[in-house]
Amino acid sequence: MSPILFELLLRSIWETVLMTAASGLISLVFGLPLGLALIATERGGIAESPWVNRVLGAVINGFRSVPFIILLVALIPMTRLIVGTSIGTWAAIVPLSIAATPYYARIAEVSLREVDHGLIEAARAMGGNRWTIIREVLVPEALPGIVAGFTVTLVTLIGASAMAGAIGAGGLGDLAIRYGYQRFETSVMVAVVIVLIILVCGIQWVGDRLVARLDRRG
Amino acid sequence: MNQHFTATTEPGDQAATQDVVRLVDLKRRFGATAALDGISLTVRKGEILGIIGRSGAGKSTLIRCLNGLERPDSGEVFIEGREISRLGERDLQPLRRRIGMIFQHFNLLSAKTVEDNVALPLKIEGRPKAERLKRAAELLDLVGLSEKAKAYPASLSGGQKQRVGIARALAARPALLLSDEATSALDPETTRSILALLKDINRRLGLTILLITHEMEVIRSIADRVAVIDAGRIVEEGPVWSVYADPRSEITRSLLGAIRPQLPPELAARLLPAGGTETILRVDVAGEAARGPLLSDLAADAPGAFRLIHGGIDHIQQQPVGTLFLSIPGNHESHLAEVITFLKSRQARVEVLGHVADPV
Repeated sequence: MSPILFELLLRSIWETVLMTAASGLISLVFGLPLGLALIATERGGIAESPWVNRVLGAVINGFRSVPFIILLVALIPMTRLIVGTSIGTWAAIVPLSIAATPYYARIAEVSLREVDHGLIEAARAMGGNRWTIIREVLVPEALPGIVAGFTVTLVTLIGASAMAGAIGAGGLGDLAIRYGYQRFETSVMVAVVIVLIILVCGIQWVGDRLVARLDRRG
Repeated sequence: MNQHFTATTEPGDQAATQDVVRLVDLKRRFGATAALDGISLTVRKGEILGIIGRSGAGKSTLIRCLNGLERPDSGEVFIEGREISRLGERDLQPLRRRIGMIFQHFNLLSAKTVEDNVALPLKIEGRPKAERLKRAAELLDLVGLSEKAKAYPASLSGGQKQRVGIARALAARPALLLSDEATSALDPETTRSILALLKDINRRLGLTILLITHEMEVIRSIADRVAVIDAGRIVEEGPVWSVYADPRSEITRSLLGAIRPQLPPELAARLLPAGGTETILRVDVAGEAARGPLLSDLAADAPGAFRLIHGGIDHIQQQPVGTLFLSIPGNHESHLAEVITFLKSRQARVEVLGHVADPV
């Protein structure tokens, strides 16, 4: 592999890591509260509100049913509004975050729902309010699942970021298509695949270790 | 309702302040079924009141009405003289801190250490950390689990988990402890030790306890008074020994069945309505009548043979309560009548169960 290609590879790794990390973080910041809102507003939840629950569910399902490549293009006006441009790595973070947030919200919802209802009842019996229940019960008890779900989301984002090349965001996927596939640079293709495998394995390993350390359920 | 015991004080203002809990005509429906169908009940300061019933009788709904986890459709719930059934969630929160609760499945937070679990009610109250940990240490000492302070609940046995649950329920110095089938998930030996701990706490701290259970054994070992609930109604209520000695409702009798002496089934199967060579009596005695030398007096007063087939004397709240199954041989009507007359003169309840042709 030529030094130029190698440099290109390094830059692509950075772009992929940046896109994944930034949109992952955003999806965590917005997705977890969304997941909590879904759990809280459902029937028998701590802030029961069927209407809010239905609307939230519908919006989340709506975003989740649009294929990412379409979302990428459809969100161009919004991206331009937020980051000032519709091309480049930063521009890709907007659609990536918007796709990953509802995805992560559903994953967080599943782990939060698994928290034993008796624990919520115990916190209420102690005189805890909703905020106490969220802070002391729901989030800490669901934390292993919340972290494991975040790992899954990050890995999914690495895959999705490959498509972001379509709007000039760069990244490993873009490199593989333009050099590895279109220019028959087999070495680039192999290098990209190896880097992706290492990235995914690394994230999964860190995630698994973290979950094992957090899980006190015995 | 079968009232075994009439309060000596008239229900008035004086009495009301002594009652930690007073329920008036509580009703709650779930769809077509009435979980609570007009429950009126008081829990006096310092006593242990046991509520027993089969599953689905309404016990859980009832206990949850006391701290506002469940709302009655109608009726009133007074906690320390204050009506709470129509309070909003925000007003209920400080009140719930006056009421501790322990659960069948312990409901400990798996992500917190034992001491943090115990200290949680104080954290909710907004107490400083040092005070919380000091109180948690005190309580863990009280329940005998000081060395487990830094452990996580998953590493504890069921009995230890319930001890932590009890320590947690006591953290905010409640006026009332609610126990929701607290020993139902424990083995008999652990159950005994948890019940002993509750009794000890009741005595030492003067804490009022209301417990619900489906096991008569639990009532027998620690309750002062018992209320039997069936299909959302209280069918019987009174001091435990007196309900034991003289159960008036079918449901109480069946709940008692497991721990009271019963006629051996092979004998019961051979009972004839008439004829036979021996008559089988069931004799229930309690209190003073059971303290005296009943059987030797019987032998002296009504000479003639009789056999003790089965039974015994139990002691509940220091009161002897006994059930004896006697067999009176022969066809001498007069002897049988003498025996019955004598036993009745000693305040025993006598029931002729039937006759057997060929006794064991």
